[in-house]
Amino acid sequence: MCRLAAITSNKYFSPMENILALETMKEGHDGSGLGLTLKDLGGEFEEFKGYPVMSGICSKEGIGVLDEFMDKHGFKLKHVWTPKIKKVKGVIPRDYYFARVYDYPAHYRNKPMHEKEDLLMNTRLALRKIGEPDESIFVFSFYPDVITLKEVGDPLQLGEFFGLDRNGLKAKVIFAQGRQNTNYQIYLYACHPFFIQGFCSMTNGENTAFVPIREFLMSRGFPGYMGYNSDSETFTHILHYTVRQLGFPLTYYKDVITPLKPSEIEQRKDSDALRLIKQSLRPLCIDGPNVVIGYTPDGACFMLHDSKKLRPGVVGGVKGKYALMSEECGLDSAIPKRDKSKDIFPMKYDMVIVSSQAEGVKVWNQLKG
Amino acid sequence: MEPAQGIRLDHNYQLSLREFPYIIRWRDDRCKRCGRCTAVCPVKAIEPTVKVQRFVKSEGPVPTPTAVRNITHVVEQVTDMERYCTGCGTCTLVCPNEAIEPEFNPQNKFLHYKNKGGEGYKRGGRRNDPAISTLDRLKFTRISMLTDPALDAGRHEFRVRTLLGRILPPEELPLKITDGGLVVDNVNGKFIPPVREIYPIMIGSMSVGALSPPMWEGLAMGVAYLNEVERIPVVMCSGEGGMPPRLLKSKYLKYFIIQIASGYFGWDEIIHALPYMVEAPAAIEIKYGQGAKPGDGGLLMAQKVLKLIANIRGVPQFVDLASPPTHQTKYSIEEAVAKMIQSMSMAWGFRVPVYPKISGTKTARAVLNNLARNPYAAALSIDGEDGGTGAAYNVSMDKMGHPIASNLRECYLDLVKQGKQNELPLIAAGGIAKKGNLAANAAALIMLGASAVSIGKYIMQATADCFGDEYNRCNLCNTGKCPRGITTQDPKLYRRLDSDRVAERVVEVFKAADVELRKIFAPMGRSTELPIGMSDGLSIDDKAMAERLEISYAC
Repeated sequence: MCRLAAITSNKYFSPMENILALETMKEGHDGSGLGLTLKDLGGEFEEFKGYPVMSGICSKEGIGVLDEFMDKHGFKLKHVWTPKIKKVKGVIPRDYYFARVYDYPAHYRNKPMHEKEDLLMNTRLALRKIGEPDESIFVFSFYPDVITLKEVGDPLQLGEFFGLDRNGLKAKVIFAQGRQNTNYQIYLYACHPFFIQGFCSMTNGENTAFVPIREFLMSRGFPGYMGYNSDSETFTHILHYTVRQLGFPLTYYKDVITPLKPSEIEQRKDSDALRLIKQSLRPLCIDGPNVVIGYTPDGACFMLHDSKKLRPGVVGGVKGKYALMSEECGLDSAIPKRDKSKDIFPMKYDMVIVSSQAEGVKVWNQLKG
Repeated sequence: MEPAQGIRLDHNYQLSLREFPYIIRWRDDRCKRCGRCTAVCPVKAIEPTVKVQRFVKSEGPVPTPTAVRNITHVVEQVTDMERYCTGCGTCTLVCPNEAIEPEFNPQNKFLHYKNKGGEGYKRGGRRNDPAISTLDRLKFTRISMLTDPALDAGRHEFRVRTLLGRILPPEELPLKITDGGLVVDNVNGKFIPPVREIYPIMIGSMSVGALSPPMWEGLAMGVAYLNEVERIPVVMCSGEGGMPPRLLKSKYLKYFIIQIASGYFGWDEIIHALPYMVEAPAAIEIKYGQGAKPGDGGLLMAQKVLKLIANIRGVPQFVDLASPPTHQTKYSIEEAVAKMIQSMSMAWGFRVPVYPKISGTKTARAVLNNLARNPYAAALSIDGEDGGTGAAYNVSMDKMGHPIASNLRECYLDLVKQGKQNELPLIAAGGIAKKGNLAANAAALIMLGASAVSIGKYIMQATADCFGDEYNRCNLCNTGKCPRGITTQDPKLYRRLDSDRVAERVVEVFKAADVELRKIFAPMGRSTELPIGMSDGLSIDDKAMAERLEISYAC
């Protein structure tokens, strides 16, 4: 089962904190990969808050293709970050890891954010399509104030490999996943966290309803609902679909993926709406033993479970810094100085939401609404 | 060659027993000549007769052979094709000494001769094909192991339910945010179609008339008990021919789907009962076709139209009740079908789901796509070639129709392409539990994309011991001489059937199927929602079938 370490803070911190948390949970990941998503970036990226950042990996040939593509589509390169790679045993380096800040094409600069988001996503998808057959270009995210790093290997070694302990890469929200490979082949696009238009999530547990969910998402006519090299990518897309596309408040994400029974729905004051939602979104019920940790564009982080998840994740911390972990030892590593009695192990009806800037944490109960 | 002297020539009009589908094995040494078998035979295929036997006897110390003639009573099978042995085995059932039983004769030339008077062979039952069907070849191969623990079928909480009714696409839900929550905001009067939560195995359309009173009553009582006591929301379709008036006006009507077909039999009574209905029915099914006899109409033979049936249907007694092959109002799907769906919806104030039932056909997708664009169409029921019927020409039953598996699958995948797979539920029927595997066949069709399945023949076999099988056994439903009292209106025959016992069996069948469905869904890790379209859970041991159904091949 993959191990998940999410930390949210009102101060910038290093992704090494997440990686060290993953290290304490090592028995649960097998070194088949690390995924890192950083949001609300600090350090050298702090001055580029409004500009989209493209994160990915290219081969020597791929970077030329990428540059040509971005030029052709009017994106202007403003800043480039590349990790200072340190050779580490067990990690096979690829040619070029990057996080590049671009300025929007001139005719997009004054467009509403929704349109900008679509442009960024379509650009990412176009590059993915070009680079995927020969693995010359991987693009994991292209969005303002977000960086994604993914590579195959042990998380701690990868931290060293990318020089995360010394290169000053910092953010206020960082999600990390140590992979336990259950997807038959180790493939970078199968690595969590998954990101789409400001929404991000990572999951552990198998998604038993993967095929009907994938078919439902892919038939929405939204180009971003593709890929699915991992069944867990559907969780991110359901989040995006529920909140961005349908415009539902975040808590309805829980009602969509883990719907209540009809008798329970009757107890909710929004029962009429809930009944319709349950019917119309029936194929998105995940019906599997999963914990989902995610964030929304405003920086709120959350954790929830399906009732079949036997061991809950845990949320704990102090005002200004909270961690959402798949195991408690990870929480101990990330925020040792906290009141442990206030740690939250969300039960099947709970959705734990840590507000933006780690202001506070609240538990939303699905039965009460 | 010997001359035919002394032998009476039959000019090849007389058939030997070898041409018959079933040959009676009668044991002289066991028979006590009680006569029960000959009395009970529904087709008079056996009769008591007297034979003269010649024995050669020799008594005393020196051989003195003497011919002696004895007169003896025997049970004999007749060689008249109009009285062929159907193999029903009622004789065996009543025999106190196990002295008689019919034996299937695979060399028979039954169909060569069963057309006397220029009339094609008519019968009841289903397609006579005992081969293993596609449904029985499907296996559930995605077993949760370690990465996602399997569930305990006995202890975990399962919800095996489905939806019947048109479901709005999420983008069109009339919702707005108020105080951080969603509320229904229907200021524009958006039509929110009625949707029922039901059990995914339904009892298909078998009419009062086709079935005997105790059979129909037994099924109805079983369904009511399942709903009221067991809380398993099984629904049952009336078939064409109306419903008992008392039931129409009772609170139990909500467990029944009322069918309207091309003869509109029973609808006068239904319309008149409308103002007195205290509950709306579960749904209205418009029958356009039947899997067992595609393109053919319904037929209730005159001998089955007794007083009760005549009253319910609003017709005179003892006349053939033929429903035309098509609805006379059905000029085109674009117009008449849409109108019919709307008219039926209107009759119940748009509070009842209305859906058409068609026979399995290559053109099912054309119908489907039309319905997908009709916001009032609540579902599509597709009845495959292995479905049953009370009366049809043998050629229609054996040779016409489309297997349900690929028909259902292509319809589902078509809906997936349009993103409407959750909007228009598909109901699959025809050959479910042909070999008795009710839960497995139902689960397989659900994973291929069905929202629900419908059963008919199986429920008669399982609850009332119907003799019929795919070796053309019995299949006398059309004659009104059902030896089990299931498809007859003759009180002498239907008093053999106990409606309470039928009801008990209905309950047992559904409770057992419910347990078995859990035993299928639990190892696959599913418990909350029905795994509709979870095709990765299925495999088949034939590459061509796997390719056609877009599932994996496993061997």
